[in-house]
Amino acid sequence: MKSIFTKLALGLSAFAVVTTAGVAYAAGGKNEHKMEHVHWHFDGPRGTFDRAAVQRGYQVYREVCAACHSLDHLSFRHLGDKNGPYYSDDYKNPSDNPYVKSFAADWTIEDIDSETGDVTERPGVPADKFPPIFPNDAAARASNGGALPPDLSLIVAARGGGADYVYNLLVSYGLEVPKDLKLTAGLHYNPVMDGGAIAMAAPLLDGQVEYAPTEINDHGEVKIVPAPAATVEQMSKDVTEFLAWSSDPKMEQRKSLGFAVMLYLLILSVLLYFSYKAVWRDVEH
Amino acid sequence: MAGHPSTYEPKYAATRWLDQRLPIIRMSADFMVFPSPRNLNYWWTFGGILALCLVAQIITGIILAMHYVPHVDLAFDSVQRIRRDVPFGWLLQPMHAVGASMFFLAVYVHMFRGLYYGSYKAPRELLWIIGCVIYLTMMATAFLGYTLPWGQMSFWGATVITGFFGAVPVVGVSLQEWLLGGYSVDNATLNRFFALHYLLPFVIAAIVGLHVWALHHVGQNNPIGVTPKTKSDTLSFHPFYTVKDAFAVAMFLMIFAYFLFYQPDALGHSDNYIPADPLKTPAHIVPEWYFLPFYAILRAVPDKLAGILLMFGAIVVLFVLPWLDTSKVRSMRFRPVARGFFFIFLFFCFVLGWCGAGNPDDIAVPIGKGLSFYRVSQIATIYYFAFFLIILPVLGLTEKAKTLPDSITKSVLGDTAVAAAE
Repeated sequence: MKSIFTKLALGLSAFAVVTTAGVAYAAGGKNEHKMEHVHWHFDGPRGTFDRAAVQRGYQVYREVCAACHSLDHLSFRHLGDKNGPYYSDDYKNPSDNPYVKSFAADWTIEDIDSETGDVTERPGVPADKFPPIFPNDAAARASNGGALPPDLSLIVAARGGGADYVYNLLVSYGLEVPKDLKLTAGLHYNPVMDGGAIAMAAPLLDGQVEYAPTEINDHGEVKIVPAPAATVEQMSKDVTEFLAWSSDPKMEQRKSLGFAVMLYLLILSVLLYFSYKAVWRDVEH
Repeated sequence: MAGHPSTYEPKYAATRWLDQRLPIIRMSADFMVFPSPRNLNYWWTFGGILALCLVAQIITGIILAMHYVPHVDLAFDSVQRIRRDVPFGWLLQPMHAVGASMFFLAVYVHMFRGLYYGSYKAPRELLWIIGCVIYLTMMATAFLGYTLPWGQMSFWGATVITGFFGAVPVVGVSLQEWLLGGYSVDNATLNRFFALHYLLPFVIAAIVGLHVWALHHVGQNNPIGVTPKTKSDTLSFHPFYTVKDAFAVAMFLMIFAYFLFYQPDALGHSDNYIPADPLKTPAHIVPEWYFLPFYAILRAVPDKLAGILLMFGAIVVLFVLPWLDTSKVRSMRFRPVARGFFFIFLFFCFVLGWCGAGNPDDIAVPIGKGLSFYRVSQIATIYYFAFFLIILPVLGLTEKAKTLPDSITKSVLGDTAVAAAE
């Protein structure tokens, strides 16, 4: 019996090793540049999003990235969802959340006047989606030297290195260009990018945003905290934390349910194991 | 086993009435007391695990279909909407996606078990072949399903796979256009893939019915491959194997839950979070992990048609396996030489998976000038086919098997205990 268990364990671990190796291989490119691994707050089975970092990250997105990059899969109300950056216990319905309302109102939304049918503009409400930055792809390319700024709502999930990739991409500007790399006009050297050339110029400069010394907690209360210095590294970390939340906003629900399910299955397995032992007690096999 | 007498006695007027017209309770009751070899090990629990996988995929799939939109402009967004806004969609969508991987994990264990213990040999040839049909249908279903989220890998995977049909001589191009509903993978393709993805699981369920029927007709094989002869060789399915299967299911669900809750994206490809773009080919098009060995076989020869034939051949060879293996001894426990070749075969299946994930030109094994993935996959492909077409047929005629125990009871209790019991 033991040997069967051992074999099962061996078989499954072999499977795990092979798939992980395969996945890791499939994910990794041929890049000489060594990416820095960041210890993210959301790493690991109990990891959660760093709420203050996601809030700062939203500020970086709003003030810097949103000049070119959209968030197609997010609505303003998502900011106030359970485990979202501005969730408040007092406003279970995020549409009532004053922070969410004010963030939404900060954006201009194109609408149709229902009386005249004319295209009008109005401030956003929590139910609105984040609006497109450019009217269409052609316009986006025209404004960006022919390159299309990717949508950011899934960017952390859509890149092999995940959050590390996005962070490293943002901080790997201004490095010495390798001699064999020919950069055409409008391209910048970035070793994290496949091929080493990226159309986006260095997006962040030290002190580009001004962090407020505040954090908004689960009860919508403003806490005074020391504001971190807005270095490129800090802003990159913060906006990556925000984009990681945007890629997988239900991560915390999933992990906490996972903990309960694992515990349940563990107890169930123990009970079933002893049931099995009891049923087979008098049977040689 | 066939013809074991039914012990079911209807207790009530209603059940007697039903029993004379449609003995469905009798059938279930007989299944529960089905005489099963007493020496079945944990590798035999994967049948039940697979049944659970199928049911889970169908239930989660039906709910997802209520929210999914099969249209090229909306499919990707609708999956995101399911994950973000649909109540418990964040649980169901990954459960379906991870569930597909778990289904294949279980089916591979189930198939290798059948291979090792000779479960395809007489009188179980049809049981095995029906199983192969289920596996083939599963592959089709998984491929169709992977297209639906309409990410980059969905689109380009579908383009590559449907391209196979274009390689068929003479009618290839017409066949491919007929399958796609156009000249390339587009809305018509997505629509029909969705329709077929919804249909095939029910076809699988029906074939599983045949598989279970055949199983109950011929009885389970067992680790020593000796047919049960006396009553002491078997145990009632319930409670002995219901409880053992339940324990194994709980263990399996823990692996499932680990991936579902903590690594939901580990078995997929990050490119599938990029919406499909027919104008932009991904750097490396790779299928899901469970197709990687076949992908490696496909790419092991330079000619497209030959590669496709080899890939399909790798599955066809499973269908004729009962007649390729000439040995009368079922279990490899008693075939020391075949056993060695089996483990090499298992190793090369993993190697093929590894090659399928790799870039053919990259160096896989740094020996001498270095072996590329292309070369390694050729070696592994040759072994894959040699195992079925040369090793098993020849070994069956030349190998001297160990002496088989007279009965399951004897192998479990030893000769003396049997003598004492008698």
